[in-house]
Amino acid sequence: MLQNDTLSRVLYIDLSKKKYFIKDRKDLFEKYLGGTGVATELLLEECPEGIDAFDAESPIIFAVGPLTGVFPLASKTCAMFKSPHTGDLGESHAGGRSAIAIRMAGYGAIVIKGKSEIPIYLSIANGKVVFKNATTLWGMKDGSIAARVMRQTEGGEGLRAIFRIGLAGENMSTFANVTTETYRHFGRLGLGAIFGSKMLKGIVISGKQMIEVSNKKEYRLLYDKIYNMATESPLMQKYHDVGTAINIKSLNSARALPVKNLQMSSTDAIEPVTGEEIAKHHLARRVACAHCPVACIHLAYLREAYDDDPYFYKTTPVCYDFELIYSLGTMVGITEPKGLLKLIDVVEQVGVDAMSMGVVLAWITEMLEKKKITSDDINNISINWGDAEAYIELVKNIAKPTTEFLRACAKGVSFASSVYGGKEFAMQFGKNEMPGYHTGPAGYLGFLIGARHSHLDNGGYSVDQKDLIKTDLSPEQVIDKLLDEEAIRQILSSIAVCFFARGIYDLKLVSEAIQLLGFEYDEHQLHEIGKQIHLKKYQFKMREGFKFDKLIIPERIYETVDPTGKITKEFIRKGLDYAQNLIN
Amino acid sequence: MKLAVKDAMRCVGCQSCMFACSRRSGNAGLSNTCIGIKSAGGISKGYNVIVCRSCVNPPCASVCPTGALVPKEGGGVRLKSSKCIGCGLCKDACIIDAVYWNEHDDKPVICIQCGYCVYYCPYEVLELIKDVKGVDHVAE
Repeated sequence: MLQNDTLSRVLYIDLSKKKYFIKDRKDLFEKYLGGTGVATELLLEECPEGIDAFDAESPIIFAVGPLTGVFPLASKTCAMFKSPHTGDLGESHAGGRSAIAIRMAGYGAIVIKGKSEIPIYLSIANGKVVFKNATTLWGMKDGSIAARVMRQTEGGEGLRAIFRIGLAGENMSTFANVTTETYRHFGRLGLGAIFGSKMLKGIVISGKQMIEVSNKKEYRLLYDKIYNMATESPLMQKYHDVGTAINIKSLNSARALPVKNLQMSSTDAIEPVTGEEIAKHHLARRVACAHCPVACIHLAYLREAYDDDPYFYKTTPVCYDFELIYSLGTMVGITEPKGLLKLIDVVEQVGVDAMSMGVVLAWITEMLEKKKITSDDINNISINWGDAEAYIELVKNIAKPTTEFLRACAKGVSFASSVYGGKEFAMQFGKNEMPGYHTGPAGYLGFLIGARHSHLDNGGYSVDQKDLIKTDLSPEQVIDKLLDEEAIRQILSSIAVCFFARGIYDLKLVSEAIQLLGFEYDEHQLHEIGKQIHLKKYQFKMREGFKFDKLIIPERIYETVDPTGKITKEFIRKGLDYAQNLIN
Repeated sequence: MKLAVKDAMRCVGCQSCMFACSRRSGNAGLSNTCIGIKSAGGISKGYNVIVCRSCVNPPCASVCPTGALVPKEGGGVRLKSSKCIGCGLCKDACIIDAVYWNEHDDKPVICIQCGYCVYYCPYEVLELIKDVKGVDHVAE
């Protein structure tokens, strides 16, 4: 890497002692580029083996990449931590201004350890970290208010990122998230709970660094090439227009969309919540992450009348996409857009992962239907499929639980079903609640073997839709494809490029781009580094107790019709056995 | 030529213009940008797009103690960098915050109305208006 690049500066913050220091870690960045690669190494260094995720010594790590602030679409921050949700690798990625702000503040990574005795937030700018008292922000029912206060108190307008947790994070729900820039999230695996355990309400960070490049002429030429691909080629069109919500209609038609806790995989009532219909009736504007011209973030405006004043409306901006329409819509039987948007809004307010929350709500509904729990367990909230108002109450009750059952639900369906039963329809994979893809066996194998049990680890749903739908692949062939893809994606998340831009940033382009920042790796070497990072992540998982043979697979996936007709126990078992031999 | 904001409501906050402006120096990052995109009180409310309006009687130049900011004919100012002592009075004098600051050089960054940013706005928020003799510009 280039001599003057501030990327290799790692900011270490101790919340117990209220101290910080900066260390140059060229050793890590030169080897693993940044993002996921560097964060994995820092996690292995900083997280003591077998530690409780909520222990003061349990670290929070943020890392950005060499291309952040240099080329468009490289605006993701990788967060790494020990997940309180799964007990092993916690990793989630967010955009917004997070990555640009960290890089422009002059850091490549931030490591936060310790635990404050009072609620605090961190203000990071001009080479300093200030520990601010957040007592007054603690316990607010709407987390966005706390962010608003930080926005009004702190400087750096237009350049800053504002991270915050909500009530669920404060109460350490293991699927609590961290929100940045109101609508982007470190969503999965419970980073918000780790913030809560450390009494860390939020972070405000900003800066406006210069980043030197090695060849100014080449830099401008390559910039224009990437920028033109991002704005003119069809590669990004679907994210830009209707957005990922466009997939609702096609997955529903293909019978791949989970409905009512995956008792079904399509619904006749889908039309009002398709991406096209929501755009037509509710979409107001689109916004972008910093340094990304695509603007994939879709904001709807929800207009609600007050009962006691016919001439006054509550107008609420609500961000939506495919996963939200699935998890807080079809998964709980809601196909009415206003109810859906209201439910999304309350999930944003309390600060939980929307996918996990949707799956939890669906599982509770079925538990009640099957009389495995009573209405007392859920504070007598009368829930039924499709009843948004009841689910809104239930979300608030899970964020601040008052019964044993609700406390269990705040730890996700894997934990709750281990106590109360209903594992066969608790839709988790590797203890992480499922995304909206009942596409076929590759999707499920992808969730199961992915290092963070996310559909984005390896895109298995895409193998179902492109390959298995029309040809036969063996379980072993599927696993080979998934592992290959996961290795490539380690490079993308290490240089901090958004996975939506994977059609633009192939490894050849990555090699060209990082060369301007002084990294000399060809595409084959990058692929090898990707494989190493993937194995390092598994090293952490195994160290913390992950075992392939402990994976619990809900029977439901074998019962509900899917587009390939190939989800069988034998296919999944063979795939897992093969993956286990390759990874162990 | 004058840089103008055509329609701030169409701004998505991607900041491509800010990065383009800073990239004129040949390097990456934001240190050299003199265009600003700030949320108008939260992202959902849209963005303020802050560019130099190239005032005819520029307040930034009138407070400069060393004559480093020289008013141009037709509006706007030119920075004579060697004369600038980095006092920051110009920055404070601009009530729309369109005098930006390069922290590396500790000197202001002044828009030269080159229009490079316009090429990197995919949403037609910005435009470059040709000078017409005797006609004042109407910029937001």
